[in-house]
Amino acid sequence: MHSALSSLSFSQATTVPRSNYAFDSHSPAFALSQPVNLRFCGLRREAFGFSSLTQSCSGRVRVSSRGHSKKISASAVGNGTPPKSFDYDLIIIGAGVGGHGAALHAVEKGLKTAIIEGDVVGGTCVNRGCVPSKALLAVSGRMRELQSEHHMKAFGLQVSAAGYDRQGVADHANNLASKIRSNLTNSMKALGVDILTGVGTIVGPQKVKYGKVGFPDNIVTAKDIIIATGSVPFVPKGIEVDGKTVITSDHALKLEFVPDWIAIVGSGYIGLEFSDVYTALGSEVTFIEALDQLMPGFDPEIGKLAQRVLINPRKIDYHTGVFATKITPARDGKPVIIELTDAKTKEPKDTLEVDAALIATGRAPFTNGLGLENINVVTQRGFVPVDERMRVIDANGKLVTHLYCIGDANGKMMLAHAASAQGISVVEQVTGRDHMLNHLSIPAACFTHPEISMVGMTEPQAREKAEKEGFEVSVAKTSFKANTKALAENEGEGLAKLIYRPDNGEILGVHIFGLHAADLIHEASNAIALGTRIQDIKFAVHAHPTLSEVLDELFKSAKVKAPSSSSPVSEPVAV
Amino acid sequence: MAHILQTSFLPFTSSLRRTPVSGPKGKPQALQVKAKIREIFMPALSSTMTEGKIVSWTKSEGEKLSKGESVVVVESDKADMDVESFHDGFLAAIMVEEGGVAPVGSAIALLAETEDEIAEAKAKSQSSSSSSAQVLEEKPQEKEEVAPAVPAAAPVAPAVWSPKAVAVGSAVHPASEGGKRIVASPYAKKLAKELKVDLVALVGTGPMGRIVAKDVEAAAAAGVVAASESAPLPASPEKAAPVAPEIELGTVVPFTTMQGAVSRNMVESLSVPTFRVGYTITTNALDALYKKIKSKGVTMTALLAKATALALVQHPVVNSCCRDGNSFTFNSSINIAVAVAIDGGLITPVLQDADKVDIYTLSRKWKELVDKARAKQLQPHEYNTGTFTLSNLGMFGVDRFDAILPPGTGAIMAVGASLPTVVASKDGRIGMQNQMQVNVTADHRVIYGADLASFLQTLAKIIEDPKDLTF
Repeated sequence: MHSALSSLSFSQATTVPRSNYAFDSHSPAFALSQPVNLRFCGLRREAFGFSSLTQSCSGRVRVSSRGHSKKISASAVGNGTPPKSFDYDLIIIGAGVGGHGAALHAVEKGLKTAIIEGDVVGGTCVNRGCVPSKALLAVSGRMRELQSEHHMKAFGLQVSAAGYDRQGVADHANNLASKIRSNLTNSMKALGVDILTGVGTIVGPQKVKYGKVGFPDNIVTAKDIIIATGSVPFVPKGIEVDGKTVITSDHALKLEFVPDWIAIVGSGYIGLEFSDVYTALGSEVTFIEALDQLMPGFDPEIGKLAQRVLINPRKIDYHTGVFATKITPARDGKPVIIELTDAKTKEPKDTLEVDAALIATGRAPFTNGLGLENINVVTQRGFVPVDERMRVIDANGKLVTHLYCIGDANGKMMLAHAASAQGISVVEQVTGRDHMLNHLSIPAACFTHPEISMVGMTEPQAREKAEKEGFEVSVAKTSFKANTKALAENEGEGLAKLIYRPDNGEILGVHIFGLHAADLIHEASNAIALGTRIQDIKFAVHAHPTLSEVLDELFKSAKVKAPSSSSPVSEPVAV
Repeated sequence: MAHILQTSFLPFTSSLRRTPVSGPKGKPQALQVKAKIREIFMPALSSTMTEGKIVSWTKSEGEKLSKGESVVVVESDKADMDVESFHDGFLAAIMVEEGGVAPVGSAIALLAETEDEIAEAKAKSQSSSSSSAQVLEEKPQEKEEVAPAVPAAAPVAPAVWSPKAVAVGSAVHPASEGGKRIVASPYAKKLAKELKVDLVALVGTGPMGRIVAKDVEAAAAAGVVAASESAPLPASPEKAAPVAPEIELGTVVPFTTMQGAVSRNMVESLSVPTFRVGYTITTNALDALYKKIKSKGVTMTALLAKATALALVQHPVVNSCCRDGNSFTFNSSINIAVAVAIDGGLITPVLQDADKVDIYTLSRKWKELVDKARAKQLQPHEYNTGTFTLSNLGMFGVDRFDAILPPGTGAIMAVGASLPTVVASKDGRIGMQNQMQVNVTADHRVIYGADLASFLQTLAKIIEDPKDLTF
């Protein structure tokens, strides 16, 4: 799982239907004929009635709901004592971040759990994705700061020539990955999760075979199975990856060389993050983007600002509206040759000669060899089809019982933390508590300098929905230039944008571009997940001076017609 | 809490948008504004705003505007704001392109009342923008008019990609298809646009003959040099140097970044207690040596730097500095910074480890540094790591002067011209010797009079008997 995802997958992710409500036999009290306005998150959707829509979702309510759920799981299904015929209660195929999150939650729920991994524990995120890339970005952020004479002078600092040792930087990324990998392994071992080594294949309902090449296969059975096999870098046809001069993120993260000039195919998260790393280390970058605009997945306003800060002043140029139809690695003294074709007319447009090319066109599901044919499941472009509860759908459109698929392999939202949340959701379901994840409450971040983060809908998406459903949409914005902490750091460049409904104060989306945006987004994503309205959250207090006041200002500048809920969040406490 | 602190961020509401005012309040430059062509000014979006950056033009030239419509987004010191048009009309000419900066109150675009006046407004914008120094990026059609620094005689062609210039193209590059395509790195392209260098005319020196940033910078520098060379030479050679670029009298010109840095450093130097010690050194032997090895590319600057470095080896205290007011910082290497006047500024390229590097390498290094300085390509470590500074005005005939100590170093030596002088020798004879006066300014917190005196004595010995300079 990668912190970055392509524009392609991003647009898929954001078109997930806003199905926040769910009810089934486990929640009999949940009988509402008008589901439209039920938009509290699945994490807390329980068998108790909501009398009014303006009722706040306070912490107290949540605590009581938890207690409730445990009772249900204990009585309704009785998972605590699995049938003797199964080796495990739950088998997870793939020990990435999604599988790990599911395994930990399964243990907490008392399930006997095994996880099958054919490669290394940690999957893409830990070994070839978010984790090592954060190490490289930490280096690039510092390099960028030290190289900016203007920035340093504004602090009164004098720094002589900043330089770097490529191997040292690469080692930092590698060490971080090993450390997180061993943490992950140890946490599972300590909790008693069986880690089975080998490639997992489904041989029949509730039956999995695993084993290393050249060794006899083992067959294990489980009451429930979760597929969490993740994804691999997607390489369009015509592009020859040699791992040296034409590379994917897998190779780039090893930082085996820093080319003078690198072309990055795709300007989504992966491409943007790598452009940040490479330019800080002295490379010049050329973006190749198939769509007409760079950063197509982002809110247009944020994308425009990001381009002004992250692209235009740096040693970067770009070609938009073109496909890289053929890329030949450097050989026989020739550089990397890239043939560009116009995306619309399909006519050859240009040829580039560069020192290296990074293919960042998104990720493809890794589902080959899973044995899906044994249970009559057909993948769609490699993705395992699932319903909104991650239950696998077979070729006839029927649910396959006891089989789930989470994370990149189902393609709903290709983010590490989304996979983990989906895994937890599945474990909740198999332990007898119906649960559905609200994907619109899952934040995403791009760790450039400064960072970009978002949750919920973009402005065009919100306006389209508003048009269809007939409600009003408003937008509020605040600038980092007015934030004391940002100015103290000399990082006033940035914008936070809130898209909301002025009639009821619902948060539809929040987009942040600025210092530590990735850390700031959670106030908004939690508010969406918990259904907190702007008129309530604007009374929450933020420490001064902190960057979080950017969001404080944002909520306060929104003009909501609905009154704040009558019941305060907590009992007043005198001090 | 921004509101408590009065750091009033102005929200994006229409009530707070300032609309540009045109008319009598405009700059005097607004040559008799006919009522029909109005200027759009950079508005003051906050009380502290002195200049604004154009983020984007929401309208393009020739587009119709109605009163109250947003025409441009301006970035102030606080936020980005839409600026609305105050009149109906057509956006005739954009005078400050996106990314450009303009002071508050200056014209950034022209608004024509009718479509017919667009051309007239355009002509006007060209004549007025050429006098506006703040305009960072010019429109292509204005380029030739607005680049007074590069006369037409310069080989730097107008920044239009003219196919006729292909003959000189970088045919070396395999991808260039015999000059039809230009292969230049992203930064080289950016620089070429900024410096108005035509890539077609360049020969790349990068990998596979690709045009890289330094090629563009070299071309830009060469353009300026060629321009000054092609100017008619003044009759007397002494006057060749001060053919200064045209300075408009009676104007106030803000410092460039470099000049600003010099200014700050000079003020900062006032906090250091300095004193000066002078010495007269006979240079007959040095001059003879110079004559002998000049053909091998050795320069006088390198010889002086070398001699100074060798003297510093014996007097480490003169190579020290005082960073905190409480201690000596003895520098581990002897890096001689040499002050160089450049483009109305001053920079001090550094000859690192001048005591260890041989004189020929040192001379080559010096040449490289000067070239880089001209191209504004010096890396920070190449100009701010000096431990001792040399400033030489001898080439102008200056016989003695006094230098200001650069902050962060312990001493600087001002070197005068070596002049034939009548001297009396100890045995009562009168003779002729070449003599040069040097004058060292030092930080008395770490370097005392006796230290300087003995250092100068050593230096004089080395220069008067320069055999060690060539090893």
